[in-house]
Amino acid sequence: MSTSEKWVGRSIERFEDEALLTGQARFMDDLEPVAGLCYAAILRSPHSCAEILSIDVEAARKLPGVIEVLTPDDVVAMSKPIGNLISRKLQYYPCAVKRARYFGEPVAVVIAEDRYIAEDALDLVVVKYEPKAAVVDPEDALSSSATVLHEEFGSNVVHERTFQYGDPEAQFAKAAKVVACKVNYPRVNSTPIETYGVIADFDASNGRYTVWSNFQGPFALHPIACDALRVKGHQLRLISPPSSGGSFGIKQGVYPYIVLLALAARKAGRPVKWIEDRLEHLAASSASTGRVTTVEGAFDAEGHLLALRLSQLENVGAYLRPPDPAALYRMHSTLSGPYRIRHISVDNKAVVTNQVPSGLNRGFGGPQFYYPLERMMDLAAAKFGMDAAELRLRNVVRSDEFPYDTVTGSRLESGDYRKCIEAALERAGYPQLLARREQARRDGKHFGIGIALAVETSASNMAYVNLALTHAQRLKSLPKSGAAGRARVIMDPLGSVIVHIDSVPNGQGHRTVMAQVVADEIGVLPEDVEVVSDLDTFGGAWSITSGNYSNRFSTVVTSAAKLAGQQAARKLRAAAAKELGVDPDQVQLVNGMASAPGGKNEPIQIRRLAMQLHWDAGNLPDGVDGSISELAEFSPSSLTVPDEHDRMRSSLAYSFQCDLVALEINSATGRVHIEKYVTVHDAGNLLNPAVVEGQVRGGFAHGFGAGMLERVTYAADGTLLSGTFQDYMCPTAPELPDVDIVHVITPSPNTLHGAKGLGDGCSMLTPVTLANAIADATGIKDLTPPFLPGRLWHLMRGEDPDAFTRKRQPPETGSALTLKGALRGDGTVAIDAPRQQVWDTLLDPAKLKSIIPGCESIDATGPETFIARVRVNIAGIGGLYDTKIRIFDRKEPQSLRLSGRGESKLGLGEGEAFVTLKEDGGGGTVLSYEYSADVGGRVAAFGQRMLDGVVRILLASFFDRLRAYLRGETPSSGLMATVRGWFAMLQMLRGPK
Amino acid sequence: MLEIEAGEKTTIRFTLNGKPVQAQAESRMQLADLLRHVLKKYGTHVGCEHGICGACTVLVDGRAVRSCLMFAAQVEGASVVTVEGLSNATGGLSELQAAFRRHHALQCGFCTPGILASATQFLQDNNAPSEHEVRDMLSGHICRCTGYTGIVEAILMTAQKRGGA
Repeated sequence: MSTSEKWVGRSIERFEDEALLTGQARFMDDLEPVAGLCYAAILRSPHSCAEILSIDVEAARKLPGVIEVLTPDDVVAMSKPIGNLISRKLQYYPCAVKRARYFGEPVAVVIAEDRYIAEDALDLVVVKYEPKAAVVDPEDALSSSATVLHEEFGSNVVHERTFQYGDPEAQFAKAAKVVACKVNYPRVNSTPIETYGVIADFDASNGRYTVWSNFQGPFALHPIACDALRVKGHQLRLISPPSSGGSFGIKQGVYPYIVLLALAARKAGRPVKWIEDRLEHLAASSASTGRVTTVEGAFDAEGHLLALRLSQLENVGAYLRPPDPAALYRMHSTLSGPYRIRHISVDNKAVVTNQVPSGLNRGFGGPQFYYPLERMMDLAAAKFGMDAAELRLRNVVRSDEFPYDTVTGSRLESGDYRKCIEAALERAGYPQLLARREQARRDGKHFGIGIALAVETSASNMAYVNLALTHAQRLKSLPKSGAAGRARVIMDPLGSVIVHIDSVPNGQGHRTVMAQVVADEIGVLPEDVEVVSDLDTFGGAWSITSGNYSNRFSTVVTSAAKLAGQQAARKLRAAAAKELGVDPDQVQLVNGMASAPGGKNEPIQIRRLAMQLHWDAGNLPDGVDGSISELAEFSPSSLTVPDEHDRMRSSLAYSFQCDLVALEINSATGRVHIEKYVTVHDAGNLLNPAVVEGQVRGGFAHGFGAGMLERVTYAADGTLLSGTFQDYMCPTAPELPDVDIVHVITPSPNTLHGAKGLGDGCSMLTPVTLANAIADATGIKDLTPPFLPGRLWHLMRGEDPDAFTRKRQPPETGSALTLKGALRGDGTVAIDAPRQQVWDTLLDPAKLKSIIPGCESIDATGPETFIARVRVNIAGIGGLYDTKIRIFDRKEPQSLRLSGRGESKLGLGEGEAFVTLKEDGGGGTVLSYEYSADVGGRVAAFGQRMLDGVVRILLASFFDRLRAYLRGETPSSGLMATVRGWFAMLQMLRGPK
Repeated sequence: MLEIEAGEKTTIRFTLNGKPVQAQAESRMQLADLLRHVLKKYGTHVGCEHGICGACTVLVDGRAVRSCLMFAAQVEGASVVTVEGLSNATGGLSELQAAFRRHHALQCGFCTPGILASATQFLQDNNAPSEHEVRDMLSGHICRCTGYTGIVEAILMTAQKRGGA
């Protein structure tokens, strides 16, 4: 390579990787930054909607090793509700105050000497709840008979605004065709593999909280957390760990826990560490908003899209948690998408439901918007009998129209949308795919092609959040605008280069790319640039917009670093010019050396120039004010507040994306096979193509997951059904198809490297691309992801794919049972003992006590009734169930029917079983059983796959022990039995070999 | 194997990354907690504690095991290797680790130590794997950053370099 070649634009290996690959990188749970750490565990509500009648923490407090218990009363006494944009009456504390509003909401925090003791003590906190009817579906939240979640506010509709741009009604009146599409878009959780973590310390001498947390920004939430804690900015010092185990937006949502754990530390008088576990994360971290959208398009006779009418109902979960309702507005200024639409009306509502509060998750507001828009485009193409790609080509902004001002105020600064679409068609081999589809259809196969487009916004103007207010309200509130990025370039007295950046990365490789950026400016090698990306609100280069969101790294943070590097280079040139006897602008900074053609001296080491500015400060060159410590802010002046017509530039840069997929569905199984997936991106210039490819592939994995596998799922009573990684299914390597990536590059004139963003990318567009292809393959118009084989199988048969989340069904005919529970099974077991002996054993409480795994006691309370205390452990979580058992239809020694109902802190379970005993003819017995059970509360969050496995293990263990007992052995107890149970569980989770 | 009563602490002796170690643990302590919080080997990461994500995978007597689903007491007398023990003898990146860096097989790196452990055993058992076999092995791990492409490439390239394929 020639020495003048730039580092930016090259796929160099990442500087982050060596520490990560050798176990030297330090993440949140690896930190012990202060002495005397103790550990917190959080008690969470098993009810989605319940009054809290009482909380008794005395027994927990007395457990040896417990330091303190933080209750909602303490939280109210020491803090204020976390403020929101809309109303003070929508009170949100980081724990349930008087009422629990979602499954998993924090109710109390136990602080103990270690995590094991803290979790033990959770079992000793006694909470009395009075459950109420939950509101789970966002459309149900509108009903006048629905429970009002926030009584002080008085309505579940927490936000409502309508907008009009142009004259949509006139366009609809004259339209040749109107096409409508309604979608109830589900919620997802980005599930980084590292969960939330917080270490909080309180210094009573100055009232300061110091908090280490893997919070990623936006740092606009720092003032909000300060307000909740009733402290000034310097009294909440936030420090991020050196490494973060992924986020995809969701670690924004750790901030309520920052407040909660800060209060816990204050009450305990000790620094407190809390690391969220996976079950907590899936239940109560955050999820994207769900959105019910009706979109109508008015088309002229040639298929030109004239106007849009949108009605959006946003499900923000149980509380309006900042920055929401921002997800509703992230795409507001690009509601026309990539199309030339001049007339738009929007009716926005946000409702609260008994679900986890919403927050940033990859794509923030993007997938919810592009899914209905791009479904509608496909429905329109079908209505016109036009090719789906052709209809889009007819409507996209033309390449000669850039910069293009959308009717809602955005300026799409550059692009060539037609070229991108054509690139997708070409790479996919579109004509061949169409021919394949013809052939497949003749063969009776379900083959489909899907295409979809999106404009991706980069570097959000924080003013967009205020679109939730009317212009009059905005005039009375604090103006917000801008999308600043910050960086500081330092050269120390030994000439080392240190760069502070404010992008708070979660694994994207920002330190590597930033080293490339600064190396280019000051003429050193990237490996000689040390980039510090952990952020400390007591120092570094941060501002209110800092953080890892909305593609701000590739746009404004790299631009800021370039500016800071230029400032540093200016000083280096001035210092070199003095020695070389040339003008500063003649000095070249390359490969660690400063030189000038025609200069009087040999080239000078850049390191030495930097040292000189420290050591010889009395002799600075002209125009140089000191050594190199250059802070630069890149703050685009075009990003201002919305005008009186609610128009604004919501972002600095606008990328473009076109996805195309061809797939085939197995109609016997509902399984989708991806034949070809092409994704075309125009993200301007690429700063490090390998890092970019990682972003595209990662975004695709998220989009594919949301399209095919993932959904935050609640039962009708608000119980979470997707509470483990068995039930909230993230794509693994075998499921993910290959993706063919194409880049079309039109540089952005708005950023200093011409780069735009693509971090959201496929996460916004893949779900609808898949849906369009599945609709094409099946003819089904009304499609909601995820397209799990089972859901698709039901959809292809015209059935409700989500029946299992609805109310309980009557049992199937032919069953011996009266209960049709979610957990069902049957089996036959051979027992080497006479039938009468088996019968007698099964009906003897004393004998059963030693046979039932985990049974602590069993007592007869009547001739046919018993009470058993049984400890059940599931996935490391144990609960003691008090179970009432009743025997019916006793036909000694042939058959009996059992019903049981158990309650524990894990929740409620009820079940029924029918058992028959037959003689096998050889002196033994054949026992057959059929069971059906339902569970509610915390245990239900383990979901059916996990629970089915647990039931099978428990049954197998029961029959093993029964046989052992009948052989005259004492069934084992203690650790060995548990260990065997875990091995069985492990094998089950790994699936059959 | 040791039998320990609930609440009782016992001394567990085993080999960690080639060195003999001993540590006190309660019967209920998970291996992951022993490694991280008692022996301070923070390279092993905990992602789900129910055996699905695979981040906490370590090698126990050469076999890839979820350290969140194994009790500390179970490694008595065993040889345990964590990510800290996977580098080559001189402390530099091993072939597999270097391939991960070259193929951008990691982003946040949180799941990586577990994947390296599984891949290490996998490559010992199968010196010429197909892409399908690599993906099948990886089904025991969740990576939310990369989409797996780089990981698959890194493992295949390592096998190839070792002369298996």
